[in-house]
Amino acid sequence: MGKGKRKVPGLNQSSTADISFILLIFFLVTTSMDTDSGLPRRLPDWNPDEIEQEVKVKERNVMTVQVNKFNEIHVKNGVINRSIDISELKEIAKYFIANPDNNPDLPAFEDYEIEGYGVVQTTVKHVIALQTDRDTNYDVYFQVQHELTKAYSELRDEWAQKTFGKKYAQCDEKTEQPVVRGYYSNKISESEPRQYGTAQ
Amino acid sequence: MSKFRSNGKREMPELNTSSLPDLIFTVLFFFMMVTSMRDVTVNLEIKTPVGGSEIEKLERKSLVSHIYIGPPSKDYRATLGSAPRIQLNEFFATPDAVRDFVHAERESMFEKDKPFMKMSLKIDQNVHMGIVTDVKQELRKAKAQNVVYSATKDDKRK
Repeated sequence: MGKGKRKVPGLNQSSTADISFILLIFFLVTTSMDTDSGLPRRLPDWNPDEIEQEVKVKERNVMTVQVNKFNEIHVKNGVINRSIDISELKEIAKYFIANPDNNPDLPAFEDYEIEGYGVVQTTVKHVIALQTDRDTNYDVYFQVQHELTKAYSELRDEWAQKTFGKKYAQCDEKTEQPVVRGYYSNKISESEPRQYGTAQ
Repeated sequence: MSKFRSNGKREMPELNTSSLPDLIFTVLFFFMMVTSMRDVTVNLEIKTPVGGSEIEKLERKSLVSHIYIGPPSKDYRATLGSAPRIQLNEFFATPDAVRDFVHAERESMFEKDKPFMKMSLKIDQNVHMGIVTDVKQELRKAKAQNVVYSATKDDKRK
């Protein structure tokens, strides 16, 4: 009855491009490619029994950075005890952490074993205590954190350059970076905000 | 001599558009992959602090939960005032609610990802530390200790 083979007409594809264009434009509009960025930190463990109990550390190992409600930064360690400008903070912190002159008022060098590297002499027990007031501006707090982090990364760069002959970022992620991080490990402690700077 | 002479009008060959859909589809797929549809509207006015070299990019967005702190945006000023507020998901919250929020966020993650949960704190520059500290204490109690102080990176700054 039929006339043998019938030809299937080809599907008209001329509108595929238009359809995908519409989809494309939809996704173009809804895309927010803003990559989130920030300063990573690890908060200390919460241990209710230890809130009041201050960890005993030798005085020479501590540097306190106080930011009061007027956003003034006060630094106190073995060699310095005054209000400073934020631009000075990095160098002060670096000098404190590294203690290049082996100053007896700055953190002591102690034997410290880094896994996969060996025993080194470093200021492993140093602590930077960051204290803020409830009325301290967040931006100032953030900038202080930023400067302290920068102090650490510059020291790491210097040490990595000396030890491995390259900057920290170029070191091997699995083997070398942990060693550098172990030598200058981040010891910023944030205590609860206190009411000070008002009744002095 | 007449070998190279064109004989009259020459027709321009038509452009072959048969591969155009494929091309567009490729671009489309790219955008589909990178799209993360914003699931929360932030009702706060937040201008995060500006940092320099130490600012790191956040990888693996699925691990990140956001906590917003800042003054309410203009539409909410009339009812809420301009004192800084905390926003979790769609709602304004108090510091006490942070812990429940963390637990809920953690429950929604894959088991293997749970230890790597990160809290991104989007905090306005002019907020005072009091409210920030309250939130941080709650995060410590909830064992969500990996935080990121969200900031914008200024490449020019040293």
